[in-house]
Amino acid sequence: MGDSKTSRVLLRVFTALVVVFLFAPIVVMIIFSFNDPAGRQNITWQGFTFKNYLDIWSRPQITGPMVTSLAIAAISTVLATTFGTMIALALSRYEFRGRGALNLLIFIPMAAPEIILGASLLTMWISIGVPRGFLTILIAHVMFNISYVIVTLRPRLVGFNRHLEEAGMDLYANERQTFWRVTFPIIFPGILAAGLLAFALSIDDYVITLFSAGRTVTFPLWVFGASRVGIPPEVNVLGTLIFLVAIAFIAVQLWSQRQAADERRMIAAATAPSTP
Amino acid sequence: MGRGRLTPYLLLLPGGLWLIVFFAIPMAIMLSVSLQTGSLDTGFDLTWNFGIYPQVIGQFGDLFLRSAIYALLTTLITLLIGYPMAYTIAFHGGRFKTALLFIVILPFFVSFVIRTLNWRMLLSDNGLVFGTLKDLGVLDQAFHFLATPASVVFGLTYNFLPFMILPLYVALEKLDKRLIEAATDLYASRWQAFWRVTFTLSLPGVVAGSLLTFIPAIGDFINAEIIGAGNPEVQMIGNVIQFKYINANDYPSAAALSFVLVIGVTILVAAYSRAVGTDRLTT
Repeated sequence: MGDSKTSRVLLRVFTALVVVFLFAPIVVMIIFSFNDPAGRQNITWQGFTFKNYLDIWSRPQITGPMVTSLAIAAISTVLATTFGTMIALALSRYEFRGRGALNLLIFIPMAAPEIILGASLLTMWISIGVPRGFLTILIAHVMFNISYVIVTLRPRLVGFNRHLEEAGMDLYANERQTFWRVTFPIIFPGILAAGLLAFALSIDDYVITLFSAGRTVTFPLWVFGASRVGIPPEVNVLGTLIFLVAIAFIAVQLWSQRQAADERRMIAAATAPSTP
Repeated sequence: MGRGRLTPYLLLLPGGLWLIVFFAIPMAIMLSVSLQTGSLDTGFDLTWNFGIYPQVIGQFGDLFLRSAIYALLTTLITLLIGYPMAYTIAFHGGRFKTALLFIVILPFFVSFVIRTLNWRMLLSDNGLVFGTLKDLGVLDQAFHFLATPASVVFGLTYNFLPFMILPLYVALEKLDKRLIEAATDLYASRWQAFWRVTFTLSLPGVVAGSLLTFIPAIGDFINAEIIGAGNPEVQMIGNVIQFKYINANDYPSAAALSFVLVIGVTILVAAYSRAVGTDRLTT
């Protein structure tokens, strides 16, 4: 743009500093996951070791919460993505009454502070005497994830080319076949993106989980409890591993998006002459 | 696709019901619980005790105010940091645009709690940052940062920065660059062109980013607990709500506090949207 050379340089330096700021705790986390601390405290550098990475797998107090978190994330992702996709489809291609109320019902859970969602659910569990645990956490995670799935998916459905479905119907596919063979494969990258977001939000959630947890311990709850004084190296080990998995997920997602874009271009090229 | 008139309702049914049963109804129950009196042992009865509201506002008014100030400062600082960052990515990102955006998001794939804990370690009195500065004699040995108001705002700023950068980026990215050229063609200085054209057109992004930062920040209690080290002087209203629910089992006043927070946020957001004229800007 019309920025002077000096301001361009200043902006670049500033951006670099912000990147350092963003990554500072991540770098510390990765470095200290290899630390060999004397006691439970993991505050000063003592020496390099891989031990932490090998040890955690045989510690039930760590693997237990991790498995719980993964199970809740997996189940809540499947449920929230399914329900959210259904609502997004209804919103993008049907006329129905109560659209305004539905939009509010979707929007408010994302706009309200997290603590309010957690607190109101806890109030309900107490009022009707539901014991808190795995199931209540799962219910809470599906609840806050539905909105995010809808919001992620909706813009992709709006740009959807309905001619492709008409072509499917013209070729004697019934509605079900058209949906599963034409619509679903095309919107799948969007569903995948929404599902990944839901998974990431679920596995990281502390606030809402705390209010619905009872005695069940998820990974973020365990981390919080384990680090009253210092940060045990196991926390940083698992943080680093999750970080690596996240990077892998992003890579897969980018790849599938590119793949989908290629396919869409091919389909568009193939169908263009036949559409009026 | 489905021509049946029922199809949209069937599609809405499971998700819609889930949101009604586990979001809308709990909010209504919370309102009713706030008007109850009693204790965990004797049980709670609905006594329409509206007096609880002036009572909790009187008792915790200063914490509401403190939370609002912390959240406001956080919003302002994230805007000051986020705007140049989003501007650089949108206008000077070149072929690194996507990569830079991923860099902004990437740290947030590490658990919120773990990131905040590692900041606490970095910023501790003898940690990597201040310990080094003390050894170099730049800072006084007595200096400390954790458990101060500034440290809580620091933590909030870090944790909510991407919520500011991303909407700003979206607004700046789709801005028609020819308008800026037109302004400079019409003898606007660079500063005038930025202020009157670029900034004005990016206002919807500023509004969205501010709301996405302010709302979670005002209800946060993790930063006050971890980086604020539980210091009562820097506690936010979220800490009280959490304590009353989880530790004190004082449900009526916890529910009342939650409701005051919801209403307070709604009023502030509405006033802000009116002041900047979002309705006009987004349409």
